[in-house]
Amino acid sequence: MGYLRTFGPRADPITQLTWGFIALSLAVVAIVTLLVVVGVVVRRQPPIPVGQTAAVTRGGGGLGWISFGVGLTLVALVGSLAWTVAVMAQVGSPPTAPAVTLEITGHQWWWEARYVGADPSQTFVTANEIHIPVGRPVLVKLKGADVIHSFWIPALAGKTDTIPGRTNLTWLQADRPGTYRGQCTEYCGLQHAHMAALVIAEAPEAFEAWRQGQLRPAPPAAPAAVSGEALFVARCGTCHRVRGTGAGGRLGPDLTHLMSRATLAAGVVPNTPAGLAGWIANPQALKPGARMPASGLDGVELGQVTAYLGGLK
Amino acid sequence: MSAWEDARTPRTVRVASDFPGPRLQEIWERRPGLVGWLGDVDHKEIGKRYVLTAFAFLLLGGVEALMMRLQLGGPNLRVLTPEQYDQLFTMHGVSMIFLYAAPILSGFSNYLWPLLLGSRDMAFPRLNALSYWIYLAAGIFIYAGFAVGRGPDDGWFNYVPYASRTFNPGLNMDVYALGLILLGISTTVGSANFVVTFLRTRAPGMSINRVPILTWGTLTASVANLLAVPSVSLAFFLLWLDRQFGMHFFDAAQGQPLLWQHLFWMFGHPWVYAIVLPAMGMVSDGLPTFCRRPLVGYTPVALSTVATMALGFGVWVHHMFATGLPDISLSFFSGASLIITIPSAVAVFAWTATIWLGRPVITTAFLFFASMIVLFVVGGVSGVMTASAPVDWQLTDTYFVVAHLHYVLIGINVFPVLGGAYYWFPKVTGRLLSERLGRWNFWTMFAGFNLGFFPMHLLGLAGMPRRIYTYPAGMGWDTTNLVVSAGSALFAAGVLLFLINVAVSLRRGAPAGDNPWDAPTLEWATASPPPPYNFAVIPSVASRHPLWEDRLGEGQARSRLTEGLLLDHGRETIGTSALDAEPNLILEMPTDSLAPALLAAGLAALFASALFKAWWLVGAAGAVCVAALVLWFWPSRRHAGMPETADG
Repeated sequence: MGYLRTFGPRADPITQLTWGFIALSLAVVAIVTLLVVVGVVVRRQPPIPVGQTAAVTRGGGGLGWISFGVGLTLVALVGSLAWTVAVMAQVGSPPTAPAVTLEITGHQWWWEARYVGADPSQTFVTANEIHIPVGRPVLVKLKGADVIHSFWIPALAGKTDTIPGRTNLTWLQADRPGTYRGQCTEYCGLQHAHMAALVIAEAPEAFEAWRQGQLRPAPPAAPAAVSGEALFVARCGTCHRVRGTGAGGRLGPDLTHLMSRATLAAGVVPNTPAGLAGWIANPQALKPGARMPASGLDGVELGQVTAYLGGLK
Repeated sequence: MSAWEDARTPRTVRVASDFPGPRLQEIWERRPGLVGWLGDVDHKEIGKRYVLTAFAFLLLGGVEALMMRLQLGGPNLRVLTPEQYDQLFTMHGVSMIFLYAAPILSGFSNYLWPLLLGSRDMAFPRLNALSYWIYLAAGIFIYAGFAVGRGPDDGWFNYVPYASRTFNPGLNMDVYALGLILLGISTTVGSANFVVTFLRTRAPGMSINRVPILTWGTLTASVANLLAVPSVSLAFFLLWLDRQFGMHFFDAAQGQPLLWQHLFWMFGHPWVYAIVLPAMGMVSDGLPTFCRRPLVGYTPVALSTVATMALGFGVWVHHMFATGLPDISLSFFSGASLIITIPSAVAVFAWTATIWLGRPVITTAFLFFASMIVLFVVGGVSGVMTASAPVDWQLTDTYFVVAHLHYVLIGINVFPVLGGAYYWFPKVTGRLLSERLGRWNFWTMFAGFNLGFFPMHLLGLAGMPRRIYTYPAGMGWDTTNLVVSAGSALFAAGVLLFLINVAVSLRRGAPAGDNPWDAPTLEWATASPPPPYNFAVIPSVASRHPLWEDRLGEGQARSRLTEGLLLDHGRETIGTSALDAEPNLILEMPTDSLAPALLAAGLAALFASALFKAWWLVGAAGAVCVAALVLWFWPSRRHAGMPETADG
């Protein structure tokens, strides 16, 4: 989650500027601390007994100090401002020809990611884990579903808020393959702490393969999972969607290719069979206040639903 | 016409020879008993109540902080539930910013202003009492909500839509909204009082370039409050209408969530300066006493105080850099936020020059004041970093900002306040705080503060977001958080040492005398503690340092401290002209009255009834308020026909 080392043209100029400011700040703190400490040590005099009158002086030359110090500060500030404006110009404009256009919507407490294609058949929705091609600019349109959240992938880009009723723009580009963690940074309620997002940057071919996979509807349920599918559609389908089945809910994450994700519940639980079963059985234990209620499934049903979801590659 | 009929030439007396002391005592003393206590309008009493109440809220906010640090001491801890944590971090902010940081400075200024300015009281003593009682009522109002589990839980900044009824259906936000509107009344009347006091009741000869810097700080903060508080009161009123009457100022469909942030920060940022400028003034006045020389650059420091505030109204968007506003406006606000450093730099270099060009005597008060310079600069440079919009896109809403704001608020408010406590405690109580315990107090707080808050910068740079009730292991945050928690405990121990010092020194402290520090300003010219009438005669002032004049050799004219206007026809002080402080009016001061306390109680009842929409109770409380106002303004005939000459 650090951002003193970043991996793309959206963030790198800012990182250099940040280092510049850190160096300047340390220098200023060191100078003033020395001025105060050395001044006190060099100029101090022994204690004066309480209530006794003692000498006071009025040496001149003080205004020179102020003028010199303030003049130096002004130079540093004007330099900082010039560098700041230059960096803003450098990273400010979103790419005109993005390789991928994403619509990311902040929900309490997860991220919806819609990959906008040339036509509706090329568009799909996933959640919390965002794949992007390495070395290519990605345009991100940010929307808010309920309250204000803030989308932040520190190693790739600074924060931009997702505000209901508005669409904000930002962009990302990763110059190195890897998984970059991000997290919501605008306080949004009980589970603000558990609202992570992962950006997975991969080679363009791998990304394209992933994208093609995501475009497909869910595979038909294996014979052993048919009962699980029916249960899922009946009990979970109001909120969750699995394309190609009767489950068409839009309140929670789209689960069509659930097994292509590494974590559940916006980074709270690893996406393992045990993790999945535990989450479905009692989300409130892991993420108190989450919008997903306890499913009320019994042990057998839980096994069936988990088995079905395990097939959503 | 009646003013003309009343015109008289007040008597000038010399204190040692013909001063009728008991008469002034009789006029200004408060009546005994509970009624006298409730009706007291003496600025010194109100100042002490402000300070004690604000300190109580500081301790509450501190306990809340310690509970949060327990929860955050390690990853995935479950000391607190998310709901508890959210209410705690919100109440911590509300307590510290609204119920401690501003009122503590009002307390110091209330106590000190008339003493610094050579007057017998503030311009509007009853308004002063009203300001205190409403502050107390608003604090209790908000804490009552918290006590029954309905405290605000959306941060002190209270962003919509999370604060709207859809996402926050309980009464929590209504408690906060109404509580803050109530508190706003207190701030407004208090500020108006400071402004008029500054312009009208300075001692003869105390032209505005001779007042202590503390009064510049409080004046500037007060003017700012008068301009800024309406913005937040309006915002909270609109929010309440949204929540309880189905209006749509802030909702996404028909209103505008960002409107809240603009209204809030148009208030919020000036407020930040309002809660540090008077404290900076304490340093500007206290530090030179111990450096045994006048402050270097009085005029630039006074002007920079005002300039900070003027610029402070043009930087609010730096709290909103990540909201997607156009880059062109962000760069303007970046520029303004960087430039506001200049007046702060003036103060910093003035203070360091004062140390270098003086001969510092090291006392506990001096240590608090001098260390504040360093803490101020740490908080200042991190503020400069967040002023740069692109850098702020990374820094904002991480622990870096938590570190920054605590260096600002603790560094520039709490440290000067503690320094001020060591400096003025002897004036207030007649006894000195223990220096020995004071050193322990200072070094524990200084070490605890830096251990607790400096590593937060690193947490922020390592990407830890603010306002999260827990965090996963393995993010590189674990050890640092443990250090932070340990540091905050040490800091709390330092605060505890201060309380112990106060408790011990109140009984056993060394007697202070009138002027234990050989300080230059008027408050040290009267007894410790000062009599109810402050000064036996109204002093007249010829320089910035009335008690150092002979030694500094400032010109020919000398301030007169033991000879001046007596003004003993009832409670009176002298009114002087706004700039040059030429005396031109005898101000009749009101007597003690229960009306302010009653009005505050009526207002509190009115707001509490409005919270439950109990309209008939609102009406009844309104009637109490009207009755209190009638009592307040009931004409008195006490001074009718008292010619000056006929009086002994």
